[in-house]
Amino acid sequence: MVPLLYFQLLGAALFGIGLYGVLARRSAVLIVLSIELMLNAVNINLIAAASYLNGIGRFDAFDGQIIAIFVITVAAAEVGLAFAIILRMYRNRGTVNVDEINILKW
Amino acid sequence: MQLALFIIVAIFTIGGALGVVATRNVVHAALFLLLSLLGAAGAYLLLFAEFLALVQVLIYGGAIIIVVLFAVMLTRSSEYPRITDNRQWPLALLTAAALSGVLGAAFWLAPEVVAEPQAPEFTELAASLFTKWALPFEIASLVLLVALIGAIIIARAQNVDTPTDASSDGEG
Repeated sequence: MVPLLYFQLLGAALFGIGLYGVLARRSAVLIVLSIELMLNAVNINLIAAASYLNGIGRFDAFDGQIIAIFVITVAAAEVGLAFAIILRMYRNRGTVNVDEINILKW
Repeated sequence: MQLALFIIVAIFTIGGALGVVATRNVVHAALFLLLSLLGAAGAYLLLFAEFLALVQVLIYGGAIIIVVLFAVMLTRSSEYPRITDNRQWPLALLTAAALSGVLGAAFWLAPEVVAEPQAPEFTELAASLFTKWALPFEIASLVLLVALIGAIIIARAQNVDTPTDASSDGEG
């Protein structure tokens, strides 16, 4: 049997990798992909907690799995909107490099 | 046995994630992301969350990766290989490692859970979703609708001949 801790450490590692991608990448597409990694890390933690902690303390009725469903829903909406914005950005500025999208920079 | 499966799943998940943040090729990054997401689906299966694993494969593997590949295709330009990482990437690495370390330490030091993983009945899950979580469920459908319409309006090809007031809504 796998302890809960292993799943939590997997989620923490995945979240760190996603954060590195968001901070270090300069292509907008790759930043969105890294955000997906972070959302998945959160989902792994939620589902692990839902499975292991069901009935302990205030956890009941597998709320974690339900919240994970909502996270997936919002992630799908976010990806659609993000790529619409990236397409518009590419058409207007001819680039997806976020360092060159600086017209709002003061 | 379960531990061996978990290690395989973890290697897939972490390896795919590292591929996403390491590769220079955007299409390869999308395919690495798919690998990582399928690894996560495997982790859900190990947690007896079959429904979530199915949703993960369908929505991420079937929809999100397709959207990503379409976006890469439509913004296809010669610049992708030239977009390098930030100059501050060591700082980003330090930040990410520190956050992972803090999270890992918090999990490590938390009181140990000795419970077995349990599987919910589908009916139980559905009953909870449509009673206790009915309002968030409805709001989620509204969010999807708004995102859909917003994406269409933002990404719509703009007509150059339209007057200024009519084209302003196309700017999003």
